[in-house]
Amino acid sequence: MLQTISILLENKPGALLRVTGVLSARGYNIESLTVAKTLDPELSRMTIVVDVEDRIRTQVIKQINKLVNVLQATDMTEIPSVIRELVLVRVRCGLEARTAVLKEAEIFQSRVVDSSTEGFAIEATGDPEKLDEFIEVMRTYGEIDVARSGAIGMSLETKKLRLQPPVTTPAVAQTT
Amino acid sequence: MQTETGKLMNGAEVLLECLAREGVDVFFGYPGGVTLPFYDAVYDHHIKHILVRHEENAIFAAEGYARATGKTGVCCATSGPGATNLVTGLVDAMMDSIPIVAITGQVHSKLIGSDAFQEADTFGITRPATKHNFMVKNLQELPQILHEAFYIASTGRPGPVLVDIPKDVFQARGHYVPVTTIHLPGYKVFTEGHAGQIRRAAQLIWEAERPLVYAGGGIVAAGASPELREFVEMADLPAVTTLMALGSLPGGHPNYISMPGMHGSYASNMALTECDLLIALGTRFDDRVTGHLPSFARHARVIHVDIDPAEVGKNRIPDIPIVGDVKRVLQKLMKLLQETEAEFHKPKTAEPRLAWKTKINNWKVEHPYDRSRAEDEIKPQHLMDEIDRLSAGEAIVTSDVGQHQMWAAQLIRFNEPRLWVNSGGLGAMGFGLPSAIGAQMARPDKLVFSISGDGGFQMSLPELSTIAANGLPIKIIVMNNGCLGMVRQWQTLFYNDRLSAVTLDCFPDAEKLAGAYGFKGRTIDKPWQLAQALEEAVKEPGPYLLNVKVSPRENVYPMVPSGGAINEMVLGPAKPVEV
Repeated sequence: MLQTISILLENKPGALLRVTGVLSARGYNIESLTVAKTLDPELSRMTIVVDVEDRIRTQVIKQINKLVNVLQATDMTEIPSVIRELVLVRVRCGLEARTAVLKEAEIFQSRVVDSSTEGFAIEATGDPEKLDEFIEVMRTYGEIDVARSGAIGMSLETKKLRLQPPVTTPAVAQTT
Repeated sequence: MQTETGKLMNGAEVLLECLAREGVDVFFGYPGGVTLPFYDAVYDHHIKHILVRHEENAIFAAEGYARATGKTGVCCATSGPGATNLVTGLVDAMMDSIPIVAITGQVHSKLIGSDAFQEADTFGITRPATKHNFMVKNLQELPQILHEAFYIASTGRPGPVLVDIPKDVFQARGHYVPVTTIHLPGYKVFTEGHAGQIRRAAQLIWEAERPLVYAGGGIVAAGASPELREFVEMADLPAVTTLMALGSLPGGHPNYISMPGMHGSYASNMALTECDLLIALGTRFDDRVTGHLPSFARHARVIHVDIDPAEVGKNRIPDIPIVGDVKRVLQKLMKLLQETEAEFHKPKTAEPRLAWKTKINNWKVEHPYDRSRAEDEIKPQHLMDEIDRLSAGEAIVTSDVGQHQMWAAQLIRFNEPRLWVNSGGLGAMGFGLPSAIGAQMARPDKLVFSISGDGGFQMSLPELSTIAANGLPIKIIVMNNGCLGMVRQWQTLFYNDRLSAVTLDCFPDAEKLAGAYGFKGRTIDKPWQLAQALEEAVKEPGPYLLNVKVSPRENVYPMVPSGGAINEMVLGPAKPVEV
């Protein structure tokens, strides 16, 4: 079963590789990964979708939480959360299908972002499974190109963020 | 408030200032092109630098230093091949939770990514081999990063931290800016343990009929040996200590059983199998200890104390998980044991507990470790037995991995922690000799035995030169069975004795070899020579190389076949069948 992990991490070189390294070292293939800075530009929020065996799921979360650059890793798979994704679909269709395509786009509450004689480029957002359906529907109208953003997620539970406070080490503070 | 103080320095001098402030008195390394500016500053600095003969041995020596003292070991290598040669040691320190700060040079910032001479992506290569690693971008951030590196290496679950420094950062000029605080918001260290869980642990300990302490390297890392001893005495608990924890209870302590696992004692493995309460302290249920995991301690409820949350529940789901510093947790647990005696102590447990102790003692008597001797050849067990006699639990013993390591772990007693220095988790050959250099530098007062097989010894043989150059009085013992003993043992037992690529011909003449470096050496092969030869080696004020030719076909027992349950031990060679 796919697992969705939300990670708050420091925006530092190599931080992304440390996280993905925990997964790749165990042979897991990442289904999707998104990352962007948060309100605090020194921090990033990452959402990873990965197929991890049930018995080692907790272990994977713990290993990610252990990383020095990671402030918090949360398994969102079984907690109240919203997961959304964006997809861009370019559909090439003949003139006769244009109205139908627009109608379908409307049903999926998507937006046309480009229109030409060859067809449309449509932007849709929503639950990843709904987007799968949208893509399937669009395929029936002609040749399509698809770019997906990968899932982004947010937990709806309030989880206290435990951070390590600054420390003063005597050995460091001493003067020579 | 951070202010610039002191004289104008270059990056190399700033780095040495950081090391000095961290209390580093010695470090191990090998120079190269990009570390030239650093070594120029090392030239007249008070911190001692030991020039090894290979970078892998620099980090092994730093590990020997760290393992013998508990202080952070420091090593240094140049970019490219220098840095890649450190990788084995980094993983070794990672597996055994040893605090190490490794400093590597990197090519000039402007050349990074251009396939410059001796360039390697050290930051990328060492990421999964370290607890954390850094690449320094400019001199301003160097002190903060260096002190953070020491902090991360030595706190929580210790481990190796690598700092990669481009040549231009060594050369840049600036001031040492004192670092007053370290702020790593994502670096979570849990030390105290959950009060409610510790109380439940106390209750289980009072109620148990067949309790057993299973102590690991975390006891040594936390400096918790005194607490461990007090704990087992207070609650009168029998205890096993893993390969990483030898000496955390004195070898002759009445509550001490011995080492458990694949080559652990019969009594240890039977006690683990039959206990009803397993108190796992700073240990990680390694496969070499547990054997077949579902059969391991199958009747027991488990209390697991570890500072690393990822270890708790990794291999065995404990009934009582406690994430914390084992020293702090043991202190609290002992207090609670006293406070809860009236509430939880059940007189009915007295009888089964006495029976349990008797049972363990019987197991110890029935199947002790084999210390047998032969008349015509030196048995490896005889060698370890003699070293045990000379050490009397006080010497530092370093080892590689394999048969000699197992016999040494079985037969040599250690009265304190940090005397037994070996590559446990990673099992790196060639570890014994260089780690002895670090250990002897750290503890000049101590008698240090470096025990290797003839395979591992030849992997780190160039360090004889370092030992000679620094006049380190290490007693280098080669347990020479003419082959890669442990691999040979497995080929014999599991591959129909088809001995493939395990025979080591042409071992050098020890006397001539040591003589070539200017110290004494000798080869012996008769049992009657052994005691006297070892005594002569110990008496020698300088280094001594003793090549001990032992029986080539001896196997280490007990042995739990890989993947088997640990109570299903093979206790000795199959008896010849009469036809």
